[in-house]
Amino acid sequence: MIPFEYYVYLSLLLFCIGLVGVMLRRNLIILLVSLEIMMNALIVLFSAISRYSNDTTGYVVVFFLIALAAAEAGVGLSLVVLLYRSLKKIYTEDINYYRG
Amino acid sequence: MGAFQEFEIVRSFSLPVFLVPFLPFIASIITLIFGKRYFPERPYILPVSALFLSFILSLYLLFEVLSGKIYQFDLFTWISAGNLKVGLGFLVDPLSVMMLCMVTSLSFLIHVYSIGYMKGDPGYYRFFAYISLFTFFMLMLVLSNNLVQLYLGWEGVGLCSYLLIGFWYEKKRASDAAKKAFIINRVGDFGFALGIFAVFYYLGTLYYDEIIPKLSVLKDVYLGIGSYEVHVPFLIAFLLFCGAMGKSAQFPLHTWLPDAMEGPTPVSALIHAATMVTAGVFMVARLHALFEMSEYAMAMVAFVGAFTSFMAATIAITQFDIKRVIAYSTLSQLGYMFMACGVGAFAVGMFHLFTHAYFKALLFLSAGSIIHALHHAVDPNDIRIMGGLRKYMPITFVTFLIAGLAISGVPGFAGFFSKDEILAHAFFSKYPWGKFIWLIGIIIAVMTAFYTFRVFFKAFFGEFRGREALHGHEPHESPKVMTIPLIIISIGAIFSGWLGIPEVLGGGAHFQKFLEKVVGHPELVGVDHTVEYFLMAISVLAGILGIGFAYLIYVKKPALETLGPSKFPRIYRFLYRKWYFDELYHYLFVVPTFWLSRTVVNLILDTFIIDHTVNGSARTTETSANLLRKVHTGLINHYIWFILFGIIIYLIYYIYIR
Repeated sequence: MIPFEYYVYLSLLLFCIGLVGVMLRRNLIILLVSLEIMMNALIVLFSAISRYSNDTTGYVVVFFLIALAAAEAGVGLSLVVLLYRSLKKIYTEDINYYRG
Repeated sequence: MGAFQEFEIVRSFSLPVFLVPFLPFIASIITLIFGKRYFPERPYILPVSALFLSFILSLYLLFEVLSGKIYQFDLFTWISAGNLKVGLGFLVDPLSVMMLCMVTSLSFLIHVYSIGYMKGDPGYYRFFAYISLFTFFMLMLVLSNNLVQLYLGWEGVGLCSYLLIGFWYEKKRASDAAKKAFIINRVGDFGFALGIFAVFYYLGTLYYDEIIPKLSVLKDVYLGIGSYEVHVPFLIAFLLFCGAMGKSAQFPLHTWLPDAMEGPTPVSALIHAATMVTAGVFMVARLHALFEMSEYAMAMVAFVGAFTSFMAATIAITQFDIKRVIAYSTLSQLGYMFMACGVGAFAVGMFHLFTHAYFKALLFLSAGSIIHALHHAVDPNDIRIMGGLRKYMPITFVTFLIAGLAISGVPGFAGFFSKDEILAHAFFSKYPWGKFIWLIGIIIAVMTAFYTFRVFFKAFFGEFRGREALHGHEPHESPKVMTIPLIIISIGAIFSGWLGIPEVLGGGAHFQKFLEKVVGHPELVGVDHTVEYFLMAISVLAGILGIGFAYLIYVKKPALETLGPSKFPRIYRFLYRKWYFDELYHYLFVVPTFWLSRTVVNLILDTFIIDHTVNGSARTTETSANLLRKVHTGLINHYIWFILFGIIIYLIYYIYIR
């Protein structure tokens, strides 16, 4: 059986990849994908906790998270599409109207 | 007050006492608010009738006091803080009732006179509102039973004086004179306020009837200022006297009074001759016990009075503006009153104040009548355009003559008795400077008679010289509403002295005895009736001599008129320029003030400190904003970084520090 720590490492790795993606990439779609990766890290962590503690609450949370991630992706992508339609821009460095 | 044993003191509210000052006040306020809209043609009805009632009530109070009553009560507690308790109250004793009768009678007559004099002026209603407001404050000053209320009246009359000097405010000279009067008075009032503080500090009370018995506490109290030890009664007397110097226009604060002649003539007669300027003398007499505690204070009063009197008399000889001559004569006579106070003869000083009020008001109003007759001229005050007015204005001629004889001390007229009493009391005074004051007084008496009759002869005798200045208008006698008050006041100018005929002339000196219950009896040494007759002869001779000189120079031999100025041009110019006091003060105070404000205040304080503070705060905001805006990139990624840093800092704080 795979030890619990491995799941934690996997989850941490995924979260860091997502975080670095959000912080460094400028493409809005990649930003959204990175957010999804971070969400997946959470899902992995919750299912591992549920599995190793014999408590099904974690699985329930995982289901909700999957639904949330799907909704988030849908709303986020549609916003990006709208933004692109009106501005013809997709990179964050171009969309800086609140620059001081 | 120990001297009041024979009096019955009324301590409950008395309506007549209350109404005397407040009737003019109500009349003034109503006239000021509604006068312009509802009765612009007759704004004098309310003030004149209020003053008339006040005068009747004052006479009633006079008889009450004569029958042995004294009113002393508070309307309400005005200021109450810690030990300080000051009420708005009234004290009617011989001293204040005498001032009361004098102020209300003159104020009433001058109100009536103004009906004619001010007719047709656009500020007709304003004039009556101000002048009866002035009467209110003057009565409050006179009637007060404590120093703070005295100060209220003191400042109130100062305010009304300012308003009335600057009555024709569109004239630059008038508004300048008003400002000058107000500012110079402020200098004196500053000392006066300090004096009141000192009285409260050392005695713990401000009521006259509590101050007087407590004064003996101060007998050996000294205050160290630097390395000097100052006798506290002298210090207080000096500070209070500063106020008197400002208000009564004594040297060195005298320069405002001649300029104050820019106001309408009734104002000059009422405020700057009869009532307000005598407030200083009144205050000194009221607090006579304090002044008598210190020889230095008495000497100060005597010598300031003597110097002012002498200086003003010399200046008056050379002036050509009829009102200025009379103003300098007022200065001189006020100095006379202070001389009387300075030799301890307070009652006599007040007696002179009383008689002077009538004959000086008469002199001013007669001059006003002349000015009214010549009002078509550019400068109707100039005695050089007058002359021969006897034919045109017979009533004014007579009243001016009466006033002139009274001020010169011709026997039988008011000025004779009071002036002679002052000189006699100075001569027999226990103070060592008494004889000197007497000598100065005689010299001043000669000059007084001379300059008064100089104006008189120049105005009423000879040929009329103002034909061109009047553009063909003939001078005319003033209307009845002006001449009747003149006649009534001239009765006062003759007979007011008869109230206090000295004992040596077979009189009873009733006036002085009446006042001495309050202001104390002067100590005289070596009184000798033969000497007294001799002194009287000298002072009468002095007056006659002055009149004779004036007659010789201005009627008999007009060629002599230019002799003085051409022989002694320097002295003449020195006197004509009023001893250069205005110039001196200009270079001493005005120029340095301007310099200070232009360089120090404007360049250093304003441009350097204030501008840099204002601009600096703007620049600080700008610089810090420029730094902070670099953080605000508008990139979502950077905001994520900040969130991360925030979380990390929070975690570090949470884990390691908490």
